[in-house]
Amino acid sequence: MEILTAIKRVPETGAKVSLTDDKRDIDTTSLGFTFSPHEECAVEESVQLVEEHGGNVTVLTLGPEDATEQLRSSIAMGADDGILLDGGDEEWGPVGTASAIAEAVEGSDTGYDLLLFGNESADAANHQVGVRVAEQLGLPCVTGIKDLEVADGTATAKREIPGGSEVYEIDLPAVITVKEGLNEPRYPSMRAKMQARKASVDQQSPEPRAEGLELVELEVPETDDSPAEILGESSEAAEDVVDVLEELEVV
Amino acid sequence: MVLTIVEHDDGELDDVSLQALALARDVAEQTGESLDAVAFGPGADAVAEAAGAHGVETLHTVEDDALADYAPEAYGRAVVQCAEELGTEAVIAPGTDRGAETLSHAAAKLDEPMAAEVTDVEVGEAYELTRQRWGGTLIEHSKLTADTNLLTVAANEVSPSETGGDAAAVEPFAPDVDDGDLRVQLTDIEQSDVEGVPLGEARVVVSGGRGTDGDFSELEALVERVPNAALGSSRAAVNEGWRPHDDQIGQTGAKIAPEIYIPAGISGAVQHMVGCKGAENILAINTDPEAAIIQKADYAVIADLHEVAPAIAEELEARGHAE
Ligand SMILES: Cc1cc2nc3c(=O)[nH]c(=O)nc-3n(C[C@H](O)[C@H](O)[C@H](O)COP(=O)(O)OP(=O)(O)OC[C@H]3O[C@@H](n4cnc5c(N)ncnc54)[C@H](O)[C@@H]3O)c2cc1C
Ligand SMILES: Nc1ncnc2c1ncn2[C@@H]1O[C@H](COP(=O)(O)O)[C@@H](O)[C@H]1O
Repeated sequence: MEILTAIKRVPETGAKVSLTDDKRDIDTTSLGFTFSPHEECAVEESVQLVEEHGGNVTVLTLGPEDATEQLRSSIAMGADDGILLDGGDEEWGPVGTASAIAEAVEGSDTGYDLLLFGNESADAANHQVGVRVAEQLGLPCVTGIKDLEVADGTATAKREIPGGSEVYEIDLPAVITVKEGLNEPRYPSMRAKMQARKASVDQQSPEPRAEGLELVELEVPETDDSPAEILGESSEAAEDVVDVLEELEVV
Repeated sequence: MVLTIVEHDDGELDDVSLQALALARDVAEQTGESLDAVAFGPGADAVAEAAGAHGVETLHTVEDDALADYAPEAYGRAVVQCAEELGTEAVIAPGTDRGAETLSHAAAKLDEPMAAEVTDVEVGEAYELTRQRWGGTLIEHSKLTADTNLLTVAANEVSPSETGGDAAAVEPFAPDVDDGDLRVQLTDIEQSDVEGVPLGEARVVVSGGRGTDGDFSELEALVERVPNAALGSSRAAVNEGWRPHDDQIGQTGAKIAPEIYIPAGISGAVQHMVGCKGAENILAINTDPEAAIIQKADYAVIADLHEVAPAIAEELEARGHAE
């Protein structure tokens, strides 16, 4: 089975987000980078599927050259190869991203059986790159999947709804977008991380496309940062806690 | 005309669709266009009354047998055909899995951009949008320029608003879909046997993070003492394998809206906090007075959760609040 998994490099923000002076980006001077939990599950799933059925996992990202770091993290988790679509430092929109990914697939000698995406990217949350890639390649697609099984060229994919899940059966090759909870991603071993540093990454330079959606500026939503009422500094605060619960009439 | 995709359960409009209608009506009023809706599946015409009460003039119903079961690409195709036939200014979908999926297919087929998670639209020369990034931890202001403006409305950000209008006129719409569009179709629905109070519905949510060090027993005992309470967790606790992902609250987990949220041993990362912004009150238990969660909470206890949680449970029992 040949699987392609698409991931996007994003900053790892903590308790507070600050913006650059032009308000068009997150200030990342003191931040590390990662990729979305949804995509982490996509990488884990692809590695598990190949462990079960044989084959290869290729991870792909479109982004700055530094995004090789995220490809290597995925290779440390068990992916075989990496492709960097060098998009420079500016963030690409979903139309250009999808078309670049679809073209990379069309231009590849590998006939992928499965293309895995996150349901939405952690930062932009456009909710569409996977579907656009599927449409461009003429492949069937299902999104938001939290349970996946593949047998005899068919995927059984489940999407959570209140009180249960929807079941979809989809013939491969196909595009599937997934959500965190699909599996428990592994922590790569030190050795795997060291080896991943040496893995070769294929690099391509796609052409951007016009996006109809244009960023003007970002804004950090206001939050109520008035100090909390400190009820106590030991378990004796339990009395005050129960007072609060009684006042709210929840006990 | 502004076309809204609405979802329903056997004729009953869902909340997120009512929210989408509220934003769509705002767009329709700004552009001086009428507001129409499209509903799929058996019972679609039953939403005419509720749709009308939310400002919809005409309801287009797709009751084709082939589309009785949800099929993402075919629904996308139908939306494209409906939009083209009616000459729409905008197509607006609810911020649900199906809404985003259907509209993405439509966007790709129309070769138009699509803006997801929109919370506000100012119509000028272009559509000036406010939309959510990072699950709502950041707000984006952007401009959408398109022949047909496609947007999904962020869930639970826009309040539904009734106009008290009469039932919408019902016009059946018969799309032309082929087998290719029906390659993916809902095949089955499985019920899960949820035990206890679902996180999204609980009035009290107690949750634990890395600070629990893997021992959730005291938090579990506390939840058992309180009616309508549920146990949650941070992503760190899920990653450690201490809790199932179903318990995770945040950007890539559950969104909760309890009367009171009690995070214990959780630092207050933005991706966690977006999951609990619907909470009326937050009472944090943390050993670190500098933890971000203390700033974000209404009440705080600065102490070890393993001592505080049992003490709260005991106090509840002492005052006769037994479950
Ligand atoms: C794209 C993306 C999506 C994410 N989605 C989510 C999400 O959906 N949900 C989520 O939770 N996170 C999410 N995260 C992760 C998030 O950024 C944080 O890493 C995570 O929330 C931290 O969990 P924590 O607060 O339990 O752990 P920590 O940050 O390690 O905090 C532990 C806290 O416990 C306190 N503590 C320690 N011992 C005790 C004790 N004995 N008693 C009381 N307090 C104690 C410490 O003072 C500290 O404040 C996401 C991250 C990214 C990048
Ligand atoms: N720059 C990118 N590089 C690789 N994959 C991406 C990129 N942007 C988005 N994707 C993939 O598409 C999914 C959906 O992204 P989005 O449509 O932006 O919400 C993500 O979870 C990734 O799997």
